[in-house]
Amino acid sequence: MNQQIQHYDGYSQLAMDLLAKAKRNGATEADIIIADGETFSVQVRLGAVDRLTKAREKHLGLRVFVGKRSASTSTSDFSADSLNQLVAETCTLAKAVVEDQVSGLPAADQMAGERPDLDLYDPTRLNTEQQIELAKRVEAAAMSMDERVTNSEGGDFDSSSGRVVLGNSHGFLGEYQSSSFSMSVSPVATDPETGTMQRDSWYAVQRKFSKLDSPEAVGLEAARRTVRKLGARKVATQRVPVVFDSETAGSLMGNLCSAVSGYSLYKGASFLASQLGKPLAPEYVTVYDDGRVVGGLGSRPFDGEGLPTRKTTVVERGVLKSYLLDTYSGRKLGLASTGNASRSVGENPSVGPTNFYLAPGTKTAEDMIKTVKQGLYVTDLIGFGINMVTGDYSRGAAGFWIEGGELAYPVEEITIAGNLKDMFAGIEMIGSDLVFRGRIASPTVKIAEMMVAGN
Amino acid sequence: MGELVQLTSFGLTEGEVLGALGRVKVRDVDYADLYFESCVSESVSMEESLVKRATKSVSQGVGVRATAGEKTGFAYSDELTKKDLELAADTARYIANSPSGTLAVPVAVRQRPTRDLYPVERTQVEVATADRVSLLNAIDAEARRYDPRIKNVMASFNTEYKVVVVATSDGTLIGDVQPLSRLQVTCIAEENGQRQAGSFGGGGRVGFEFYHEGDRYLRYAREAAREAILNLSAVEAPAGVMPVVLGGGWPGILLHEAIGHGLEADFNRKKTSAFSHLLGKRVASDVCTIVDDGTLPGRRGSLNMDDEGTPTGRTVLIERGILRGYITDKLNARLMGIPVTGNGRRESYQSVVLPRMTNTFMLAGTSDPEEIIRSVDRGLYAVSFGGGQVDITNGKFVFSASEAYLIEGGKVTRPVKGATLIGSGPEILTKVSMVGHDLKLDEGIGTCGKEGQSVPVGVGLPTIRIDEITVGGTQR
Repeated sequence: MNQQIQHYDGYSQLAMDLLAKAKRNGATEADIIIADGETFSVQVRLGAVDRLTKAREKHLGLRVFVGKRSASTSTSDFSADSLNQLVAETCTLAKAVVEDQVSGLPAADQMAGERPDLDLYDPTRLNTEQQIELAKRVEAAAMSMDERVTNSEGGDFDSSSGRVVLGNSHGFLGEYQSSSFSMSVSPVATDPETGTMQRDSWYAVQRKFSKLDSPEAVGLEAARRTVRKLGARKVATQRVPVVFDSETAGSLMGNLCSAVSGYSLYKGASFLASQLGKPLAPEYVTVYDDGRVVGGLGSRPFDGEGLPTRKTTVVERGVLKSYLLDTYSGRKLGLASTGNASRSVGENPSVGPTNFYLAPGTKTAEDMIKTVKQGLYVTDLIGFGINMVTGDYSRGAAGFWIEGGELAYPVEEITIAGNLKDMFAGIEMIGSDLVFRGRIASPTVKIAEMMVAGN
Repeated sequence: MGELVQLTSFGLTEGEVLGALGRVKVRDVDYADLYFESCVSESVSMEESLVKRATKSVSQGVGVRATAGEKTGFAYSDELTKKDLELAADTARYIANSPSGTLAVPVAVRQRPTRDLYPVERTQVEVATADRVSLLNAIDAEARRYDPRIKNVMASFNTEYKVVVVATSDGTLIGDVQPLSRLQVTCIAEENGQRQAGSFGGGGRVGFEFYHEGDRYLRYAREAAREAILNLSAVEAPAGVMPVVLGGGWPGILLHEAIGHGLEADFNRKKTSAFSHLLGKRVASDVCTIVDDGTLPGRRGSLNMDDEGTPTGRTVLIERGILRGYITDKLNARLMGIPVTGNGRRESYQSVVLPRMTNTFMLAGTSDPEEIIRSVDRGLYAVSFGGGQVDITNGKFVFSASEAYLIEGGKVTRPVKGATLIGSGPEILTKVSMVGHDLKLDEGIGTCGKEGQSVPVGVGLPTIRIDEITVGGTQR
């Protein structure tokens, strides 16, 4: 490594010291992750402060290899005694498990060299009064839009910042800082005739405070989404086209992301096992995972093992082109890591998305709804009814019934069912409305047909 | 009279703790508490017949809370020095309009839980890694022996050993030691290029010997293998409204989703629950009596005391169909003027207390389970489930079957693929027409999520018949 270390401070030194200690305790390789951060969150409800939460926290995770055996540990106690004990225990633990031929750090020459500044950190600090004010504004906007909005689960404003230091026994040492600002509100609307209630919410999240939507815009959208659910009813059981709004279509991308995770694949626990290079969807479907989007909520300069992040084409013109892999799952499948090691302190690396999204098409959501004579526009999904091994899909849903190309009335207490393979193959249209509100995003998607169960 | 024994593991004296409590309990603060927690979690896991992963995590910290009216101020720290405690106390009391300065806090009476529902020694939790490795190896062999179509076995054994101390401004200083463990097995079966999965597991606030009693761990392996093999021959699930018979035990997740969350006091105080106006009203048929009980020995959802130091209890939620009560923590009980039920729980020192369920189950009825199945001409018999979820406000809930069969002409016939069931919480139990005499509690695998916090819970159910519920399959 001839890269200059940008912030040579206590944690970098601590990481190097512990790596050296691990070696003395018998480790042949090791890596260490240190994360610290502070969070401040404010919740208001009906115009008054409901909850303030403030904290600083820190964690350290150590992974050691003794030959082909390995173990991971973590602690929030950084006292010297505790850390000495941790190193010794980790090495003892590693010796207790069996050899795993593909285990080990990534190759030394693969480690991230250049570390681009991805603009993930905003030094803006809001004081308590400012955050309370923002949370009050987002809730007030939601409460004021429509007199049927009668109650609220609260408005929130959260800010957090932190840094990650990652080092390994190849001599890699990397660090980055990141921040996040978010607000949300959950209004409750009451049907003036029946007295039944509906709740929905809306939110905004950004790494930069200045990029956040206004509290008024977020509040109005939350109210609009809530009020439009009033009067929802069930529909008859039938097979119809289904349009997923961008939020629920994002959850389909989340399902795809799980199915292309190296760990599910080598275990035979994904319906996409052995499908690399094969058609998954129509040729207008392209899916990316891009770890280097400037300011992206899933961006990072290097992954949880210190490998460079990158842009991976997961699905190219309908063909499954790449899985998402870290070093271990890649080796199990005979493939190179895609720089998708995700590391929560104290866990072994796993695979996670960076910024994972379906490339947008050209249609507006209205255009897509117009093509449906009789069908469902899905805005909410609940439950966990997905079998990743087979792709079988059955979830609770709510949204709007489409009649003659128009949203006719809200629906609830229904399920939608099919198989994810058929659903991806059945994507008929993709909207132009791609907006990132998290690490996984999608524009509106229309699927040819699914079973809707209701009355 | 020495120090409270659990407190010594945090390196603090009672004087320091009470000092911090005095700092946070200023004039306008109605209630304040400090929650000290130290937790050691260990996990060993196996796949491809290799026990290749072992992890251990240690976390320790304190959560400081002040409530004033409906307001809560909360701060936490993973440092336990006097200075950090004071800083957290100052942050927490920010919500009160009072100036700083110490107010006389009632002298906390050192207490110990009145019972011990889980007398597990630390050594029974933190068993030698070698013992856990051989347990997992035996599970692998047993599952593969069950059927050669089992191609992969994944198993993990997780333990947690938590020491907590709660100091409250209403005069309690109390500690508890809370062990928890869980053994989980997932099998992948393959035949003619088709793959299926099956899972099974169990645990509780128990020691390692629990898994050996009656070779429980081998049964978990066989059950996971059986479900995977069974699902290989599963046909498409039906779609639409039909009668459903739920088997005993884990299908009790129905109660957790359909009514349990809706009866948590916070949603009812805010009047955002579909149950907010239904106290004293009929929400179930008269064969249904449902309780939440945190006092069952060794169960995953049990606690000697909740995370506010209140002894857990048994709360009747629904009595012969009538909604009787909510489950509460101190804040919501005070604001609503209803009893504290010992359901104030938190995931860790980093999270705030919320009213949460413990073990939620329906009491046994009088019907013969076989007769319940015979009573259905065409419907579904569901015996195992994955997760569930509920929208508190409109009351719509789902839970997803992972092992289910068609009932045709009063007989259980073919297995069907997993399907989600959806219903309305305040209505669904009015459609329960038969309750079996076979109450079963689940094996000890439940984890409940609320506001991003996970806590262990239990559920239980006898065999019941629901006259109609929407089944989310793919076949008309």
